[in-house]
Amino acid sequence: MKSALDTARDVRNGAVTARSVAETSLASIRARNEELNVFVHLDEEGALARASDVDELVARGDDPGPLAGVPIALKDNLCRRGELTTAGSRILEGWRPPYTATVVEQVLAAGAVVMGKTNMDEFAMGSSTETSYYGPTRNPLDPTRVPGGSSGGSAAAVAADMTPLALGSDTGGSIRQPAALCGVVGVKPTYGLVSRYGLIAFSSSLDQIGPFANTVADAALLLEVIAGHDARDSTSLPVGAPSLLSALDEGVAGKRIGVVKELIEGADEDVVAAVTRARDVLEAAGATIVELSIPECRLGLSAYYLIAPAEASSNLARFDGVRYGLRVDAEDVTAMNEATRTLGFGAEVKRRVMLGTYALSAGYYDAYYGQALKVRTQMIHAFRRAYQEADLLLGATAPSVAFRFGEKTSNPLAMYLSDVFTIPTNLAGDAAISVPFGRGEADLPIGVQLLGPGHSEAGLIAAARVLEVAS
Amino acid sequence: MVEPLRREDVAKVAALARLSLSDEELDMFTSQLAQILEHANDIAALSLEDVVPTAHPFDLINVVREDVIQPCLSRDEVLAMAPDAEDGRFAVPRIMGEAP
Repeated sequence: MKSALDTARDVRNGAVTARSVAETSLASIRARNEELNVFVHLDEEGALARASDVDELVARGDDPGPLAGVPIALKDNLCRRGELTTAGSRILEGWRPPYTATVVEQVLAAGAVVMGKTNMDEFAMGSSTETSYYGPTRNPLDPTRVPGGSSGGSAAAVAADMTPLALGSDTGGSIRQPAALCGVVGVKPTYGLVSRYGLIAFSSSLDQIGPFANTVADAALLLEVIAGHDARDSTSLPVGAPSLLSALDEGVAGKRIGVVKELIEGADEDVVAAVTRARDVLEAAGATIVELSIPECRLGLSAYYLIAPAEASSNLARFDGVRYGLRVDAEDVTAMNEATRTLGFGAEVKRRVMLGTYALSAGYYDAYYGQALKVRTQMIHAFRRAYQEADLLLGATAPSVAFRFGEKTSNPLAMYLSDVFTIPTNLAGDAAISVPFGRGEADLPIGVQLLGPGHSEAGLIAAARVLEVAS
Repeated sequence: MVEPLRREDVAKVAALARLSLSDEELDMFTSQLAQILEHANDIAALSLEDVVPTAHPFDLINVVREDVIQPCLSRDEVLAMAPDAEDGRFAVPRIMGEAP
């Protein structure tokens, strides 16, 4: 499939129709969706009708926008009015939201064609898409392996060339890690840069929506469309959308790039080798390499697995069988709440809700949640210090290439370690990008991660582009 | 150092979180959660008395808007999503016991 940039250009100037582009996308989806379980809800009719509308705009001489006729996949925790939105959970089976997420309005206003909703770990809790009530998604590059998670469906949609673009959400690595495991580009934007209105909340102080694409340029294109202030999200920063495509070819000459020991240690040999090669490429392109240590990163996993479950235990309290979603009838309200949640939530969600409830409970709050918030302060300060010595940081995205189904499902802690290199950015509220760089075990893709301070997206895009060209 | 997690602690948080667990689930979750909390002891054990906690990546100030009526969801549409509704309200099973 052509890039999103080329497709939008061709649709805008009438060289191809959005309808034919949508039909090509549908054909790719139909060819492999049964095998891979990428889309949990496919909107064939809606997509074709929408594509025809885009073609009509072009025929009338109107500009549909920078994503004209570009097929896009939405992670199934993004609400779209009247369309099934289930967040990978049984408790939302059959639910159709009464409103549309801001990011979905933005991509539609830019001319994109939404193909459907992609599979995900239940309520975005997982690193392999195995916790979805709707079954696991398979990695398009090796269907015996996971696509990563929690946005595994969105990463797989792009990797399998079903759509050139997809949206996901990243709370502890849920865009970057599946991007790495599927060999695509994924961006976790600065906290507050992209509106979360209409995103089903998991951990509100960490969640960010971001793009998946096959190329750095396409990721920049989509991020430009979804960034910017939204009055409907009170955590949305009062800033405009950054100019990213114009920074694409700025390179890294004169930039200081810090190679962070703690963002590599413990990774498999093939991953470490890829980061080392990335470092050499950046140096050859004119960057100054600085060796850095951020020991606080070692505490990130523990802090994250107290903070995120604590917030989740509160956010998921709304699923009580009263206002929407599943209800299991029982003799009184409390029994109904309990029966509904017991049937509606899977094991990982229960685990995290209980962990969060415990971390917040009297007698344990100070030792767990309170300590985690203080570690978060230290993490933020540590990254601020690092960004005085380097403009951007380099590390691995995930400790290994895509792993096999079931390999980590019985040991939650082993699964959580998949996010050890991505979590620090979420805790700090900063930005990061995963870009495919070389191949490792079994010829599977490796992602390297570039990290930057808040609002460094343009620099990250430029540096990622240098790696993309060299890989 | 915090005391290790016990089976009855898990039973208590499950009840608080409105989840019911079978005996096998209680065993499984106790051992898994204990393992996760043991890992978290690396931060529980730190001396951080002087560190200010961060609950959010940036200093949030309450965001308010002008008190002007704006479009909102239709009541009928919202109630239509509910498992049960009656007379313009969400309907639930009884909340209190029967009168004696």
